[in-house]
Amino acid sequence: MELFSLGIRSIFIDNMIFAYFLGMCSFLAVSKKVSTAVGLGAAVVFVLGVTVPFNWILNEFVLKEGALTWISASMTTIDLSFLRFIMFIAIIAGIVQLVEMVVEKFSPSLYGQLGIFLPLIAVNCAILGGCLFMAQRDYTLAESAVYGFGSGFGFMLAIVLLAAIRERLKYSQVPNGLKGLGITMLLTGLMGIAFMSFMGIDL
Amino acid sequence: MSTETLEKEVVVKPSESLLSKRRKKLITDPLIDDNPVTVQVLGICSSLAVTTQMQPTLVMAISVIFVVALSNFAISLMRNTIPARVRIIVQLAVVATLVTIVSEILKAFAYDMYKELSVFIGLIITNCIVMGRLEAFAMGNKPYDSMLDGLGSALGYSWIILTVAFFRELWGSGAVFGVPVFSYVSSLFGPDFKLATNGLMVTPVGAFIILGLIVWVQRTKTGYVEH
Repeated sequence: MELFSLGIRSIFIDNMIFAYFLGMCSFLAVSKKVSTAVGLGAAVVFVLGVTVPFNWILNEFVLKEGALTWISASMTTIDLSFLRFIMFIAIIAGIVQLVEMVVEKFSPSLYGQLGIFLPLIAVNCAILGGCLFMAQRDYTLAESAVYGFGSGFGFMLAIVLLAAIRERLKYSQVPNGLKGLGITMLLTGLMGIAFMSFMGIDL
Repeated sequence: MSTETLEKEVVVKPSESLLSKRRKKLITDPLIDDNPVTVQVLGICSSLAVTTQMQPTLVMAISVIFVVALSNFAISLMRNTIPARVRIIVQLAVVATLVTIVSEILKAFAYDMYKELSVFIGLIITNCIVMGRLEAFAMGNKPYDSMLDGLGSALGYSWIILTVAFFRELWGSGAVFGVPVFSYVSSLFGPDFKLATNGLMVTPVGAFIILGLIVWVQRTKTGYVEH
């Protein structure tokens, strides 16, 4: 039950885009068409869902203070958490590469859809942000898996909604200076207000 | 005659002054005309979240300037030895090292600020401006030029987030750099007068709307239209 509420919270209340501004670059750049937005969203769900638990394992057994105790008792005082950034980003880049190869091998049609987005995801702030939040909030392995998938779905929801609005926006007259980034930021703000109403849910 | 002038050019080039016209342009272009945030739409990701107040925003801006300038410099030094296939990993390693330095310095000398910025210092690694400048400029230009280019881009980014932070802190909590401007001003007009703050400005929504408006004003001035 607690896992369920964590999942709901990470999708709606702690939404990657509307609450933390993470993954804004691709959110703004790839939200012109619904079909591509779905592709990128699916890739983010997948990569977040895999990397967050994986980085949890790394953090728990290598990086945390006293994490190396399982090797020998004399290593309890070692604190490698300053290596967190570089290790997390290396794992993310590695897993993205791996996912790309696996998807290419087993599902060429999915690879065709996701192809261009997968390499981009390595530098998507939402992925690294999710991993750092996981480390900061001391989740367990199950929680971090739920959190990874949940925040991925939150990102997907946001980007697909925005893409749907922007497709319709083509038919409206926007002032020249507001075209593109300007109106998209204002739209995101309005969507953020709508998402704020989820804060009232007591979980 | 013509060969002489050609030779002359070749000789003059290496002794280009430290701040020649071309190099000044590298710094000033990204400030307005080619601003990384409002024109190139890069680097919005990690830092809007820190713009509720001026002070953390300033720390964030300084950190980004440090990381972008030095990573551009370092990658430019290595640009001829990095194999094209693994360049993203190499770039990420350099950037992550610099960000770790920033984070450790903050942890040692400004622990409160380190706590407040929390994960957002780490997220400089995936700030699109850093990777964007490395890919677009540092991989093909000399170290000193690359450093200036990084400096320019980071400054262009800094003034945008500082402006966002100024309005958000002013309207959201009635203060600038923690100085309660609103309560001073309202005390000038007598006891019944009170300037109200808008709670929406403190939430992420305020940042989106303010940035949207800044983009509007700036693009109307430069006449840039996105299609």
